[in-house]
Amino acid sequence: MPTLNDILILLPEFYLVGAACVLLLADAFMRPAQRPWLHWISIAVLLVAIYLVIAGQPPQAVTAFGGMFVRDDVAEILKVFALGTTAMVFVYARPYLIDRKLVSGEFYTLMIFAVLGIMLLVSAGNLVTVYLGLELLSLSSYALVALNRDAKLPPEAAIKYFVLGALASGMLLYGMSMVYGASGMGGTPTLDLAQLHNVMSYTTAPTLLLFGLVFMVVGVGFKLGAAPFHMWIPDVYQGAPTPVTTFIASGSKLAAFGMAYRLLDAGMGDLSQHWQLMLAVLAVVSLAIGNLVAIVQTNLKRMLAYSTISHMGYLLLGLSAAGPEGYAAAMFYAICYALMGVAAFGVMLALTRAGFECEEIADLKGLNQKSPWMAFLMLLAMFSLAGVPPLFGFWAKVLVLEAAIHANMLWLAIVGIVFAIIGLYYYLYVVKVMYFDEPVAGSELRVQPDKPLRMVLSLNALSLLVLGLYWGPLLGWCRRAFGL
Amino acid sequence: MGLSTSILLTIALAPLVGCVLAGFLGKFLGRAGSHGVTILGVAVSCALSFYVLYQLTMGGAAEYNQNIYTWFQIGPFNASVGFMVDRLTALMLVVVSFVSLLVHVYTIGYMADDDGYTRFFSYISLFTFSMFMLVMSNNFMQLFFGWEAVGLVSYLLIGFWYKRPTAIFANLKAFLVNRVGDFGFLLGIAAVLYFLGTLDYATAFAAAPGLAGKALQITANTQWDAATVICICLFVGAMGKSAQVPLHVWLPDSMEGPTPISALIHAATMVTAGIFMVARMSPLFEMSSTALSFVLVIGATTALFTGLIGIVQNDIKRVIAYSTLSQLGYMTVALGVSMYSGAVFHLMTHAFFKALLFLGAGSVIIAMHHEQDMRYMGGLRKYMPVTWITMWVGSLALVAVPFTSGFYSKDAIIEAVGLSHRWGAHYAYFCVMAGALVTGLYTFRQMYLTFHGKERFKVVEPHGHGHHDGHDDHGHHEPGVLAHAPKESPWVVTLPLVLLATPSLLVGFFTVGPTLFGNWFRGAIRVDEANDVLAELGHEFHGAAAMALHGFTQLPFLLVLVAFAVTTYIYLFNPALADRIKSALRPLWTVLDRKYWVDDVYFALFARGSVLLGRGFWKASETALIDGAMVNGSVNLVHRVAATMRRLQSGYLYHYAFAMILGLILLLGGYWLVGSGLAGH
Repeated sequence: MPTLNDILILLPEFYLVGAACVLLLADAFMRPAQRPWLHWISIAVLLVAIYLVIAGQPPQAVTAFGGMFVRDDVAEILKVFALGTTAMVFVYARPYLIDRKLVSGEFYTLMIFAVLGIMLLVSAGNLVTVYLGLELLSLSSYALVALNRDAKLPPEAAIKYFVLGALASGMLLYGMSMVYGASGMGGTPTLDLAQLHNVMSYTTAPTLLLFGLVFMVVGVGFKLGAAPFHMWIPDVYQGAPTPVTTFIASGSKLAAFGMAYRLLDAGMGDLSQHWQLMLAVLAVVSLAIGNLVAIVQTNLKRMLAYSTISHMGYLLLGLSAAGPEGYAAAMFYAICYALMGVAAFGVMLALTRAGFECEEIADLKGLNQKSPWMAFLMLLAMFSLAGVPPLFGFWAKVLVLEAAIHANMLWLAIVGIVFAIIGLYYYLYVVKVMYFDEPVAGSELRVQPDKPLRMVLSLNALSLLVLGLYWGPLLGWCRRAFGL
Repeated sequence: MGLSTSILLTIALAPLVGCVLAGFLGKFLGRAGSHGVTILGVAVSCALSFYVLYQLTMGGAAEYNQNIYTWFQIGPFNASVGFMVDRLTALMLVVVSFVSLLVHVYTIGYMADDDGYTRFFSYISLFTFSMFMLVMSNNFMQLFFGWEAVGLVSYLLIGFWYKRPTAIFANLKAFLVNRVGDFGFLLGIAAVLYFLGTLDYATAFAAAPGLAGKALQITANTQWDAATVICICLFVGAMGKSAQVPLHVWLPDSMEGPTPISALIHAATMVTAGIFMVARMSPLFEMSSTALSFVLVIGATTALFTGLIGIVQNDIKRVIAYSTLSQLGYMTVALGVSMYSGAVFHLMTHAFFKALLFLGAGSVIIAMHHEQDMRYMGGLRKYMPVTWITMWVGSLALVAVPFTSGFYSKDAIIEAVGLSHRWGAHYAYFCVMAGALVTGLYTFRQMYLTFHGKERFKVVEPHGHGHHDGHDDHGHHEPGVLAHAPKESPWVVTLPLVLLATPSLLVGFFTVGPTLFGNWFRGAIRVDEANDVLAELGHEFHGAAAMALHGFTQLPFLLVLVAFAVTTYIYLFNPALADRIKSALRPLWTVLDRKYWVDDVYFALFARGSVLLGRGFWKASETALIDGAMVNGSVNLVHRVAATMRRLQSGYLYHYAFAMILGLILLLGGYWLVGSGLAGH
């Protein structure tokens, strides 16, 4: 029976469920003129959720509902940043949604449900919770991608995302069933991650367990967007409304890291020598495909999609180190990537208006002459993505490379460095276009006058610089979360 | 009681704040706002510097030596930012901040019409910050940071009027010549790390005696003494920064920068960084008398031969520039005879009177509408009395007339060299003695040409529209023709002159006793007993007044009198004689006018040579190998691979699903191959 204590541990999650339902109801009874209020209420909902997460932080890891749900520092940090970046997405999305007449309860409710999915996923203590969180996140995301259902690209992207997502989710489930089966051979069958940890030591069907592991790695790879399970990313990034893309590029990646950590370390930690190499292979392929194909993209959203793939390669570099240091570096990387991704897409949102989608790289021509500040913010985002010191992205890269080297995978680190240099090209190309190309005659490039957007975006991009100079505390949290 | 970290940090950072505000927000702050914040920043530093000096001298404060921030750590090597503040540092702080403050104020008047007003203030504040970091450093790393930072600002300011080709040439030249020096300096720092295992001053100095007997093995039969290698390399850095022969060529050209900069950077402070550095490293230099002899000979050569060039210059700023070279030579000579405190003492007095002379020259230049050629001046004394008097004060200090501050520092150096037994001391004694005569010649010549005699300019009032004579277009008008009669400069210009004239006259009298003979520097400077010429000199010291009175009977003063008589006769009574002497001594004159052809040789050999070498490399390796094969080759490869992979992204759902399945199969299959052994346990 659930006790009051269980419910208190899940308070932020319960609160979000309630808030999302209230929003949905409110939306139904609101007059259209009152709709804009939804925006501010949703942001407030997220901020309160952040407060609940922080205020209710337990002194040490606790579990609820018989181990189904884990609340530890890793989950806390990921939740705070997922909620925070989603709140930023809301701020950036407002002018976009208004211009396209998409302001509606669906957007906000679906986003909040997706965040809820993230929160469950990163706190999962059981295979069922993993699956529940993943599906909550994914189903909300599919619908969000199709939000602008009258346009041409979004429904196509949503269908692709849905079908491939279903396939991946099927594989994950299949893998889970094999693991469950293996745990039952020679012992009590279990879905609890903590108990699965030492299945390898007693199971009479190790091959089945390892097969299950491979299928689960595929599921994780899909969620991260690591090659060769990355095919959905470019199409979805391009097809989805930009605010949704922003969300998929930020909060969703934090969730993917959390899921990978829960499944692979908490659940399959005993098999780390087996999945280590798989992740390393995925990392190399992702780095290669992401960086090389990004070079030939002309669409900024697609370019950033391939850039995501390469960044997931770096994240996998940290994960494949399979130790607290590697996890801390990977989590640091995930947080860093979320902030950089939000900033880069945020600039695109700030330049997009009714009748004008800023999504080609060529659209940014001469941005420096039109708006030096916006160009500077984009420059910070691009430099950070490229890993130019002293920006945040540089340190994140250094740490995952360091983790890989300490895990005796020097070759992997070298591959990472080579591709970082190749990747520099397409980020710098954006900077070149902004600063050195003349604006196209009659270009409609203008910055959204929305004040909150400009302010939050400025803070967001500047934080990349500030965290690049002062990354100690954040890294300290990440390392403490893994007991370092 | 000790010095607090926050005070020292404020000293260093206040000018940086001013620099950032004026540099980035100059547009919003406006002119008055920009000079307001920068002057405030430097004034705060200046007041606190005096406080620090007071605490160290009278207040009984202990010396400060602490690391404040660790930059990075590699193995046992620790790179940190820290301050070492003892009396040597405190003296430098006071000199730098005081001169800098006056130059800030002066700039208000000098740069009044310039478009780069806020930029200029930002630069000089940045310079002040860098110089503080240099002198306050407690380790070689930070020293190098400050060293390069002041070099950078010097580069920026020499080329301040970046539309003038001569300015760009001059700053490039300064940059390149300083690279030579800095290369040596960096080698020296590396050698310190190699032999002593640390870059921290205190640790390195404590370990310095251990250098004795250590050597650097060059070939099987050649060994170089470790201390000598370290010291000569470090001194090569000082030669670049302090413009010692043969790396002196950049300093005269640096006069292309605005005059306040010439006063602050290229006379009073930055160029003396080399002197300060060697004085700071006295525990190391004391380990090698070979290196000190090298220092001595270089310094003596600089002192005499650059002074000679000053006699034939016509540009008012260049005369002072060569005089600066010569005086830096004196300081280096003092270092060479182990008289570090004498060098620092001369550094201080020189900072005051040379800044004064430069600022005075600047005042003349303002009055002459940016005409710098002394041949078109003359008789200015009645137009600008304050400038005239203060410049005379500076000149008397420069030629070392007894009782002026220049006398105490320079005469002590000459005497000390006479007492020294170091190899090269005889040559140096001759050079510094002859230098006294030369100093007199160019100084009095300059004063007469500028302020006395007949006026050699015409005043032609322009008709009609007003005359706009900005900084950039000077030189367009006919030489010697002014639009308005010269007049005394505004108070922001003359006030610094007066404030500098006072210490130029008095500071020596009051400080010579303690600084030179009173062991005032104590722990900051270490001198071997066998080398201590100052102690020997100290036996004959019976107070400042007695020293000055004694000075009247000595050879240096007699030489100055000779110079005074000769120049007075030539330039006041018989101006035609100057030309006659010139034609009679034409070969000699040519040698001096061409500056011993050093510039020409450098230009032909190094500049042209490296251009040729560079072109060769460019053609052979850059264009063909790197650009052609490697860069374009790899670009093509990447593009081809990328284009192929892009085609895989077909847009068809079943292709995507297929890729995923393929991935799964590969993972499973690869795993089967690699991991079957593991799986079967």
